[in-house]
Amino acid sequence: MSLELFLVLASALFCVGLFGALTQQSIVMLMMGLELMLGGVILAAGAAWHYIAPATADGQVLIVVAITAMAVEMAIGFAVVTALFRSREIDMTDMAAELRE
Amino acid sequence: MTTVAFWVLAVLAVASGVMVLRFDSMARATFSLLTALLCVGGELIVLGLDYLGIVTVLMMTIEMAIMAVFMIMFMMNPAGLMPMTMVHNKRGAAVICALSFVLLLVGILLAPWPRRSGRPPADPTMDLGMSLMGPQMLTMMTLGMALFATIVATVVLSTRRGRYDRFGDDLRAARPEDPVRGGVGR
Repeated sequence: MSLELFLVLASALFCVGLFGALTQQSIVMLMMGLELMLGGVILAAGAAWHYIAPATADGQVLIVVAITAMAVEMAIGFAVVTALFRSREIDMTDMAAELRE
Repeated sequence: MTTVAFWVLAVLAVASGVMVLRFDSMARATFSLLTALLCVGGELIVLGLDYLGIVTVLMMTIEMAIMAVFMIMFMMNPAGLMPMTMVHNKRGAAVICALSFVLLLVGILLAPWPRRSGRPPADPTMDLGMSLMGPQMLTMMTLGMALFATIVATVVLSTRRGRYDRFGDDLRAARPEDPVRGGVGR
């Protein structure tokens, strides 16, 4: 195993997640794509820690930040979906296009 | 042994990640995502990060259980009893993702990665704890504030009754109209 192998795996997860985030119309499915992307980031940070600088904990701290980002993304995402559904009965991204304005 | 674990987890992670986007059943999609993220946790353990790997596994298990509930609440076809596609701009997204993957691959293979400096500590978890409570304290405090703001924001967004419902349209009511006495309005 090598750093490159782990990074290729992380990139594959990131790009699959990116495809989901770009294509899915359901807000919840879009969030699943984002989770996959963050999974790739976590893996890349772990590999960087192990293969580049294991003596310092910076790579591990980056993983903690990414895990926190996953938790925050999910909590806020579900709260926004709940608020949107309650006010407009919307659960699809295309129907919430007015949020861009 | 670790090489076998790496390849098994890697293939399972990518396959589950792809299946998340292919399943018609929302419950299956959620559990497929759980499998992919459990494999990420397993890969962290392969890298020697036992604590962060276990944290990832535990957190994702609970997170996906909550996500399954939300999927079933909001999706029109949670059991996947009929074929369903809810995607837009599939071809454009596929091109963007393929290009991104090729670009990342070229970067990974051509970048002059630095040589490994130092050796992993005997206890990486202790190292992480000392770092978060020492030089990375600002990071830890920022994460704490972000989590606190998330708690407040989620409660505000999810609650059905807002201040206009409680105090009226001009917000000048002396007492809020709460269905149950005992809150801030007594």
